[in-house]
Amino acid sequence: MTGERIFHYLCIGCPLGCRLEVEENAAGTDVEVRGWGCKTGKAYGRQEHTDPRRVVATSVRVSGGRWARLPVKTSGPVPKAMVRDVARAVRPVAVAAPVAAGTVIVADVLGTGVDMIATRDMERA
Amino acid sequence: MITPEVRQLAPRYDVVVSGAGPAGMAAAVGARERGAERILLIDREREAGGILWQCIHHGFGLHHFGEELTGPEYAERCLRQVTDGGIDVLTDTYVYDISPDRTLTLMSGSHGMRQVRAGAVVLAMGARERTRGAIRIPGERPAGVLTAGLAQKFVNMMGLLPGRRVVILGSGDIGLIMARRLTLEGVEVLGVFEIMPYANGLNRNIVQCLHDFDIPLSLSTTVVDIRGRERVEGVTVAPVDQALRPDMSRAHDIACDTVLLSIGLIPENELSRRIDLRLDPVTSGPVVNSTMETSIGGVFACGNVVHIHDLVDFVSQESLLAGRAAGDYVTGRRPPADNIRLLPGDNVAYCVPHTLSTDREHVVYMRVRKPMEKCTIRFGDVFSVKVRYVFPAEMVNITMKPKFLENFHGDSLRVDVVQR
Amino acid sequence: MLYDVAIVGGGVIGCAIARALSRFRLRVVLLEKECEVGFGTSKSNSGIIHAGHHAAGGTLKGELEWAGNRMWDALHEELDFGFARNGELMLAMAGDQLPVLEHYRRQGIERGVTGLEIWDRERIHREEPAISADVVAALHAATAGVVNPYEVCFSLIESARRNGVALLVDSPVRGIARDGDGTFALQTPGGAVPARFVVNAAGLYSDEVARMVGAGGFSIHPRKGEEYLLDKRLKGLVRNVIFPCPTPQSKGILVIPTYDGTLMVGPTATFVDDKNDRTTSAKGAEEVFAAVRRLVPGISERDCIAEFAGLRAVADGEDFIIGPTAVRGFVNCAGIQSPGLTSAPAIAERIVAILKDEGLAMEPNPEYEPRLRKRVRFAALPMEEQARLAEEDSRFGRIGCRCEQVSEREILDAIHAGARTLDGIKFRTRAGMGRCQGGFCTWRSMQMLSAELGIPMTAITKRGGASWIVCDREEGDAA
Repeated sequence: MTGERIFHYLCIGCPLGCRLEVEENAAGTDVEVRGWGCKTGKAYGRQEHTDPRRVVATSVRVSGGRWARLPVKTSGPVPKAMVRDVARAVRPVAVAAPVAAGTVIVADVLGTGVDMIATRDMERA
Repeated sequence: MITPEVRQLAPRYDVVVSGAGPAGMAAAVGARERGAERILLIDREREAGGILWQCIHHGFGLHHFGEELTGPEYAERCLRQVTDGGIDVLTDTYVYDISPDRTLTLMSGSHGMRQVRAGAVVLAMGARERTRGAIRIPGERPAGVLTAGLAQKFVNMMGLLPGRRVVILGSGDIGLIMARRLTLEGVEVLGVFEIMPYANGLNRNIVQCLHDFDIPLSLSTTVVDIRGRERVEGVTVAPVDQALRPDMSRAHDIACDTVLLSIGLIPENELSRRIDLRLDPVTSGPVVNSTMETSIGGVFACGNVVHIHDLVDFVSQESLLAGRAAGDYVTGRRPPADNIRLLPGDNVAYCVPHTLSTDREHVVYMRVRKPMEKCTIRFGDVFSVKVRYVFPAEMVNITMKPKFLENFHGDSLRVDVVQR
Repeated sequence: MLYDVAIVGGGVIGCAIARALSRFRLRVVLLEKECEVGFGTSKSNSGIIHAGHHAAGGTLKGELEWAGNRMWDALHEELDFGFARNGELMLAMAGDQLPVLEHYRRQGIERGVTGLEIWDRERIHREEPAISADVVAALHAATAGVVNPYEVCFSLIESARRNGVALLVDSPVRGIARDGDGTFALQTPGGAVPARFVVNAAGLYSDEVARMVGAGGFSIHPRKGEEYLLDKRLKGLVRNVIFPCPTPQSKGILVIPTYDGTLMVGPTATFVDDKNDRTTSAKGAEEVFAAVRRLVPGISERDCIAEFAGLRAVADGEDFIIGPTAVRGFVNCAGIQSPGLTSAPAIAERIVAILKDEGLAMEPNPEYEPRLRKRVRFAALPMEEQARLAEEDSRFGRIGCRCEQVSEREILDAIHAGARTLDGIKFRTRAGMGRCQGGFCTWRSMQMLSAELGIPMTAITKRGGASWIVCDREEGDAA
């Protein structure tokens, strides 16, 4: 049964890329991280196993601007498992220039509590 | 943000910066800090900011701005500094030539051909991507073979996709970033193939751009054939031996419609060659002293035009230094000349700057030739640092304090990276 | 409309014939299977105007090479494509090759070729210091030159069209029917094109086109040549076209300073089965660089910026096949391989004469205008001239292709002159031909094509057919 409790991660702290091994205790309440080379790695292993999160950056359609696309990002990290869904959810969104950097394009995207915000000004062409 | 465009070009500037990407923007700001009054920042594109606009992903700025930003956010920060500094920005303009008395000939879409005199010049033209011809991939020449950076422009700024089924050759960061980007846009990314036994991009990108999306990375493997008469129809990939020769007995075919190339960058030194700057054959960029001044006095260079950086933050920092030196140059504060030449030794491909002076603190950027763990970076026998690892894909930077050199009386210092 | 003459194939030969016929009051049509002329064998030609002494006597090649060579100055004067007589050097790398030089010198002199001279080592190194120290002697031929072969095609067809010739692109001929009064009907995907006379200039496919009317009896074997373009860092390394001593199979692997200054090395010469096999190979690259390094040691594969392969249309017996056939009104112009480009203007005149013999009445076209307006090559102009143009039109001041310094105005002009694809722009203006290979300018050229032709970005191709560049993003369901 222990086999199902051991998980592997590649540490992203530095180019060494330590192979981390994370083992959950029997109750699933705590983890032990092995294979790390430094404290950053140890903390990363724990975070990546218990609650991996990512900032999602993508773009939406914008009309009347210098470019056809407006870059956007989530205002904070979202659960890793939701990255694709978040990107897919904003795909049909279209806005019109001008847009200011920081403008909320989609509020509380998929109920994650974070907003999709513009990351640049898009002036009218 | 809307960059205020210069309306009237002055005949004379204290500092003229060629290239308004991250390097040029930081250099202009640095020159302003040191009292240069009239500064002109020139770019070929129609907006300043360079390649940052198309790098819409997250992860820039931790070193330089103390927070994580996307490329456009990083560009806007830099541009605000430029605007606040009252620096003239001239886009849609190409620097044709620089005469020995530092008269620049410009070709501009909005101003026609113009000449401006400069007290000092900073070259910040950046880099271009290596192409298919550079590695001579055999096969047919269909549409659908393009650099990762061009694909990035199509996807992130124009809303167009380079294809539907993509193979990526080379594990450079732009290629990894595009693997994720295309996946999020609904494109099938079939794999990343790297001829070297190690990846060329950051681990962070390997995890977050490939592993997160189950995109396979094949090391010691390359594309040996491209098929398709009109559009790419497929590629053949094969593992390579230690001499990087493909083993055709283990080759296999992959059906795809696009090949993205992420096989490295080359400093864009067209202008540097025209004015006969001394170039370093390893970096393909100008030889620079500790103030980032080139072999021609009053002409400085910084960023990817000097050597290829991994992180934009270091580009900004190096360029700030170059800009400050250009500012000092025109305000008459000339530092003492360098007195030590750095000589790349064991497992050191190059060092930038190429020379140092003993009176100031310097940051030395260097790149190794092969990965090594538990090693020591030695500067002659005067100074050494122990490091856990070095990788060719990661630039090493070492701060040299004057005290390390105070008892050194030679004129050249060999730099070696050796196993402990 | 019933045409007097239909030309099948828009390579340099078909285009030269079309323009030669445009001097007369005739209804002429040229049918090209690709989306632009010159996109087949002509585009990947080495671009050398041979000096006149290469082809053996007693052959059509020998007769037309020198005749063609002498016509290029006038053609260049009228049409303004890139052309320079920079000369050629055939190198003897060992004493036993000296008789080879002498053989070619005599062959040339017998034919009337001027400017043939044997150079000793000292003279060679004075004129061309980059040539190997091992060279023994060389035959210099002053009449040799270089052209941009694709530009020649574009200029010829542009001139022909201005003088009334119709051009049908994307029009492969799938069959040829003949009715009772001898009129041909050429079947294309766009319909049948009727014509009284047909000139078969279909290059690699000329055997198949001839068979459609029963005027075959020969076959075309594609012989592939791989070429490698080098970074312009090496511009000026050699001035003459550098040849080794030829063998019976091939003129050998050359170092070619192209008209624009970029060096090109190649071609290989390998028979292939497939008329579409334009692949380059690792072996080909090795062969080319090993061969040219023996002649000019300063050349390295590290300087390669692009490579390509072309197919020579080689007929049985290796000579050109030019002449009337058993089918009255159907004229073959086939098997045109090296020195086909050199011979092209002379071949066109030969075809005019043959058509006349076949019974085609030739009245001069009173409106014939041989000249094309001079085209602006911005990068090559003196600075004052560039400044004046940029003042006049800001689009000259806007550099579209930074590597080759091509202005946006030139790209627009190319589109107005008929460029419909990225390759059409590239081969007319050099935009995208430099060291970044279009990495920086492709998107901008596409925007201009899209705006000028009124087509979406997704309809733009590299060179027609299915060679699309980008596709639409899937927008997803409206939220």
